[in-house]
Amino acid sequence: MLDRDPVMKVVTYLVLCAGVAIIALPVWVTFVASTQTLEQVLAAPMSLVPGDRFLANYAEVLASGAGNSGAPVARMLGNSLLMAMVIAVGKIVISLLSAFALIYFRFPLKKLAFWMVFVTLMLPVEVRIMPTYEVMSTLGLIDTYTGLTLPLIASATATFLFRQFFMTVPDEMAEAAKIDGAGPMRFFFHILVPLSRTNIAALFVILFVYGWNQYLWPLLVTTQESMYPVVIGIKRMISGGDAATEWQLVMATAMLAMLPPVAVVVLMQKWFVKGLVDPDK
Amino acid sequence: MEKRVVFRGRWLPVALIAPQIAIILVFFYWPAIQALVQSVFIQDAFGGRMEFVGLENFEVLFADELYLNSFRITAIFSVAVAAIGLVTSLALAYFADRAIRGALAFRTMLIIPYAVAPAIVGVLWMFLFNPTLGIVAHWLRGFGIDWNHVLDGDQAMILVIIAAVWKQISYNFIFFLAGLQSIPKSLIEAAALDGAGAWRTFRSVIFPLLSPTTFFLLVINVVYAFFDTFAIIDAATEGGPAKATEILVYKVFYDGFKALDIGSSAAQSVVLMAIVLVLTFVQFRFIERRVQY
Repeated sequence: MLDRDPVMKVVTYLVLCAGVAIIALPVWVTFVASTQTLEQVLAAPMSLVPGDRFLANYAEVLASGAGNSGAPVARMLGNSLLMAMVIAVGKIVISLLSAFALIYFRFPLKKLAFWMVFVTLMLPVEVRIMPTYEVMSTLGLIDTYTGLTLPLIASATATFLFRQFFMTVPDEMAEAAKIDGAGPMRFFFHILVPLSRTNIAALFVILFVYGWNQYLWPLLVTTQESMYPVVIGIKRMISGGDAATEWQLVMATAMLAMLPPVAVVVLMQKWFVKGLVDPDK
Repeated sequence: MEKRVVFRGRWLPVALIAPQIAIILVFFYWPAIQALVQSVFIQDAFGGRMEFVGLENFEVLFADELYLNSFRITAIFSVAVAAIGLVTSLALAYFADRAIRGALAFRTMLIIPYAVAPAIVGVLWMFLFNPTLGIVAHWLRGFGIDWNHVLDGDQAMILVIIAAVWKQISYNFIFFLAGLQSIPKSLIEAAALDGAGAWRTFRSVIFPLLSPTTFFLLVINVVYAFFDTFAIIDAATEGGPAKATEILVYKVFYDGFKALDIGSSAAQSVVLMAIVLVLTFVQFRFIERRVQY
């Protein structure tokens, strides 16, 4: 920028460094705690220099978990990964198909279908939590991966993003495909899906993070430790109160729980930002 | 809306949209309708008989001091989260937009909280402020502040507000930064030529141009504070001490699953639905085409 005011320059970097410090503080303290012994963590104030238990603590939680929640964290990470992938991929596939139907076809009751999908934009799962749980238990889906994922796929944000994107695809594309004798599914797989790949990438980042970080729903629908995603597992580790909590192991689990979604967002930054702010979506 | 060019086929489009319709019927409409139905019945705690009571659940609800208190707590919480979150992220975005060196590194750091699960955010901050072993609680004691959010309701509220703001900074930051970058540099240069200082330029040129973004984020932040902070509160304070941090969504969960008062919980859900509908309406009315996650 044209601003050459040295005072402003100093202020700029001071504010940014303060911001980064506030962002980094909890993450750093968590990391440090995850490398210490329990005695070191409990010695208030704990040292802000990493200890030498890094490998030992992480190996212990991955293999056998912590405290009164006995499930190995490796298993919980697997549950989280499965959940995040099923939600992200499932939502993208289902939404691509239904947006395609809504945009490129005429069919009976299309208006009704559109409005049914549209209304789901308005109510987050938190709001209808109790009855959704009852439906799950009626269907026998408690403690199943189906129960863990399907209700979170049941909203239509992605459908609307694809719908809006499809509207910007020139009509000539479909026309040319028809003249060449390509059927609708051929057009879909060979033209529409490849054209949508940046939107798909952007949506994948957002939905992966959404799925990985779910809390309230898995809290209700899982009762066995072996089904917990890691975000739930960690809460169960500290529920025994201060005295019973092995903080160094809890903090190692917290680091492991943060790593995958943070990695996805940082590595796919470009698509992630596009997915959030792109006005064309 | 539809295309000028459409494909023929009667069953194909129905088959394409069927998976989505099936999932929302079972996992969205069925429970949503059940919430409406349950809100006008009283059910005993063991899932037995139901008795139709009309609007009695709602009457009881709005006469309940605890529920009204939960409304007050939610209001304080969401105003604080939205106000502190927006001001902080706007400041960070403004300076990140000016920074030349290390801009990408700052940006990368500042988007990290977006990816951290709310429950983990709650655990992290609860650990920092833990009265016996938290390092921030220790620092505060150095300043003569006796920190114990486990006993002090106001301190517990401050804790969940800090955690909720920390989590939401990234989202606001990304939108403010995008907004700032879309302001033509010539406008800012013109202000500088007219002799306006940085603050003056910000107040009279930049901020007015950002006001649509700010309004959009205000709605999003209120929705966030209402609904997406459940996990932060559960992990950090469990609504306590003495319900000092029990926001509306937490109360729905607590009354439904812990106290097993299903009629009241369903009535609370219906009230929340009404609030979301109003907020969504505001959002669609004033900010077209933005889809919220």
